[in-house]
Amino acid sequence: MSDGALHRALGLTDDEYALVEGVLKRAPNHLELAMFAVMWSEHCSYKSSRIHLRRLPTSAPWVLVGPGENAGVIDAGDGVAIALRIESHNHPSAIEPYQGAATGVGGILRDVFTMGARPLAVMDPLFFGPPDDARSRWLVEGVVAGISGYGNSVGVPTIGGELTFDEGYAQNPLVNVLCVGALPRERLVLGRASGVGNLAVLLGSRTGRDGIGGVSVLASAGFSGADGAASLDDEKRPSVQVGDPYEEKRLIEACLALLDAGLVVGIQDLGGAGLTCAASETAARGGVGMDLDFTAVPLREAGLAPWEIMTSESQERMLAIVRPEDLAALEALCARWEVRCAVVGRVSAPVADAAGRPVGMVRVREGFDGPVLAEVPAVSLADEAPLYDRPRARPADLDARRDDDPADEPAGDVAAELLASLVDPAWVYRQYDSQLFLNTVVGPGRDAALLRLAGPGLPASERGFALTTDSNPRWCAIDPRAGTALTLLEAIANLACVGATPAAVVNCLNFGNPEHPEVMWQLSEAVDGLAEACVAAGVPVIGGNVSLYNESGGRDIDPTPVLGVVGLVERLVAPPPGWTWREGDAVVLLGPREARPDPFPLAGSLFARRRGRRGGRLPEFDERALVACRFVAAEVARVCAGGVSDVAAVHDVGAGGLATALAEMSAASGVGLAWGDPRGHAELFTEAPGRFVVATRDPAALVEAAAGAGVEATVLGLAAGARLALGEMCDLAVADLAERRASALARALGR
Amino acid sequence: MSRVGVVVFPGSNCEHDVVAALSALGGRAELVWHAETDLSAYDALVLPGGFAHGDYLRPGALARFSPVMEAVAAAAEAGRPVLGICNGFQVLTEAGLLPGALQKNRGLTFLCQPTTLVVVSTRSVLTRAAHVGDELVVPINHFAGSYVCDDATYRALLEGDQVVLRYADNPNGSRGDIAGIANAAGNVVGLMPHPERALHALLGSADGRVLLEGFLAAADDAAASARLVAAP
Repeated sequence: MSDGALHRALGLTDDEYALVEGVLKRAPNHLELAMFAVMWSEHCSYKSSRIHLRRLPTSAPWVLVGPGENAGVIDAGDGVAIALRIESHNHPSAIEPYQGAATGVGGILRDVFTMGARPLAVMDPLFFGPPDDARSRWLVEGVVAGISGYGNSVGVPTIGGELTFDEGYAQNPLVNVLCVGALPRERLVLGRASGVGNLAVLLGSRTGRDGIGGVSVLASAGFSGADGAASLDDEKRPSVQVGDPYEEKRLIEACLALLDAGLVVGIQDLGGAGLTCAASETAARGGVGMDLDFTAVPLREAGLAPWEIMTSESQERMLAIVRPEDLAALEALCARWEVRCAVVGRVSAPVADAAGRPVGMVRVREGFDGPVLAEVPAVSLADEAPLYDRPRARPADLDARRDDDPADEPAGDVAAELLASLVDPAWVYRQYDSQLFLNTVVGPGRDAALLRLAGPGLPASERGFALTTDSNPRWCAIDPRAGTALTLLEAIANLACVGATPAAVVNCLNFGNPEHPEVMWQLSEAVDGLAEACVAAGVPVIGGNVSLYNESGGRDIDPTPVLGVVGLVERLVAPPPGWTWREGDAVVLLGPREARPDPFPLAGSLFARRRGRRGGRLPEFDERALVACRFVAAEVARVCAGGVSDVAAVHDVGAGGLATALAEMSAASGVGLAWGDPRGHAELFTEAPGRFVVATRDPAALVEAAAGAGVEATVLGLAAGARLALGEMCDLAVADLAERRASALARALGR
Repeated sequence: MSRVGVVVFPGSNCEHDVVAALSALGGRAELVWHAETDLSAYDALVLPGGFAHGDYLRPGALARFSPVMEAVAAAAEAGRPVLGICNGFQVLTEAGLLPGALQKNRGLTFLCQPTTLVVVSTRSVLTRAAHVGDELVVPINHFAGSYVCDDATYRALLEGDQVVLRYADNPNGSRGDIAGIANAAGNVVGLMPHPERALHALLGSADGRVLLEGFLAAADDAAASARLVAAP
């Protein structure tokens, strides 16, 4: 046992230190300890969540690569595969919003082009504290500028995301980023080392001191100060990486060209835990070892210690495994793209352990054949981190909160509620290039994004794909299991609005401190809810990310599982209906009018939250809601395929309920609606996903078709005039609504 | 058929979109690496959007020193059609092939949004197929798209009929609502909006067609006159 100071400073517990000694059959030296510390960090090893994640369904005939690789991959048809990945960059963004968000984008792109896919689009779900706070404004503007600055210049469009303001995120904002890429099916590559004697070549930026300990010091601990992040700014800022999109752009083009030319046998990005992670994961997957010469790593500054080189998280770096005879061709291609490359190691044969089994060793040497400074089994770093089944406990106040139902909240002024709660996120997404590659049919700001399945180097196809990211911490705070299941339903409903059928899910599980039993209970419940809903919907989970320790001053965030769902559209030659209805259209609600046949209509709703109510009960996930989603998806898909339709507009009933959906459609079209008989404010504001507002010239045909499919349909009224009239409860000028919605965000941010 | 070279600097990112758009209109477009010094094979050139050389220093400031730029200048001088879109426009002003400069947007944020353009002059290789007064919906996508120039330059642009496109609703603070200008001869054009992004109703607008069709026709004319010159 060491004196404990060193391994604890690096983030390892005393028990974990003992495990390291057991693996090595000796005490680790400083370098080896540093390598274990980063690889066994929560961020890299998922040591608190892995036993739960195993319960997720991950297979389907169209899944080409499931969880565990750099990105999940599905077969999208016509010889094209889609790669999908989601990540969090929460803690770096809390400390340095511009660089935190920028490097979040950079990291996720590398995960996707590592698979051989060209990154085609990015989405960013963002969660901040209320915008009337100066620090929140600084975070919002910094994060948006970072995504814009990096994403636009690296040449990948940002096509959507989410923007949530809630006091729970004031000290611990969430910055998640999802990337989708596409590749010709046959180009699929895996991050795997093979071929003893092959070379390990480091591509891209030089290595510096930035980001050392990012995964352990920063991502795997909470913010402890009473004022949250602020008190730790100075201490932790050096653990935030700095991004260079121009370097990344050249790295993308060089790597895709190398893959096209068949010059690499395996490739892996350097993200969290840097070179240690890339070397140990590629070696472990390939069942081989790897010798690395730390003196061969190009450095940004002189004098880095071996442990700094091995754990640096400097951005824009890739590790390629290359046959020696291909090295010259690789160097020439890198020179064209002005990408630095250096041979830093070679694949080594496994050695026999005490029991005679082959073990691939990661060795760090001084010179290629020089003295060995560290020698560690690759699998012990990559796959053998301790697995924790941390204590779980139902929150003590759960029953009391469930009894505190907001059904007693009075309606108040419905018109004022709508004017105050509608927010158009355009101020954010106008700052993102959302159109590059000429694929964006439906861009940011709608239910889901819809893109053509096309890109440089892809086989021709008329297919399309849709993407959405969804979360609902209001629901998950009340009931993480039902809340997460309903979040998947919401995502599927969003996809249906653009005609897409769900094909795969990735999840980013943002939770609080896993050492709090209530947090582990939330996580476990959320995983179960997601698993149940995925099985019901027939959609596999192909990857994910877990972000824990989202706490400050001892307060955990509300459970925030974010789901990214990709859907497919068979034929995309015409845009789907938008939110714009026409004068004289009939406005129809698809899905049950009694959305929640229980006595808790407003629990978890935005309406309740805006009144400070956080209690009540959620309805269970109901498979019947999937029927309405399928009906709408089929109807819209027919339009996308060029079919004639009387449907002018489609929008799902999401956050803010039916009143919000109707108000958004009125604002978008500039045409009002007269709905004579809403049954009360609960009907206006209840939230139950799987319902849709559809505007059509021929309501009789729609109602009949819906009935044939087993979907309830209610004609609410006619779109007409310049006022939104909801019974006796609301009478509002559409122009006022549109103006307030359009300017709400800029006003809130003081811009 | 004419050949159009689409110049790729490290950091360019709209090159594939431009090639796809010109090809969709029946043109023949090929990527040309910025290290190339001989452009004699091309009848017309496009400098596409993106962030050439990372836009370091300022947009276009480094790209003007790329090896290819001498040949671009020679092509412009010889009267061949040269089109700079967005970052390409910034490069052309930095290289002195078009007057004025492009500064950061008035609101100091990046802007990606549809704009309505008004055709002011048809005396350019880009606008020759359109009509004066036409309104075209074409998206912008830039941080530094606010056109600036001194008074003498502005007067010269007006007198020479060199302002080819104006914004109907100025999004970025450009002087005189300028969205695109041409050189005195009309064969070199720069504009901040992206006509290649407005080629299909499926993507929101097909109004960019008339611009790129005109440019391809100009390329064909240049090819024809080159053949006349080459014929003994």
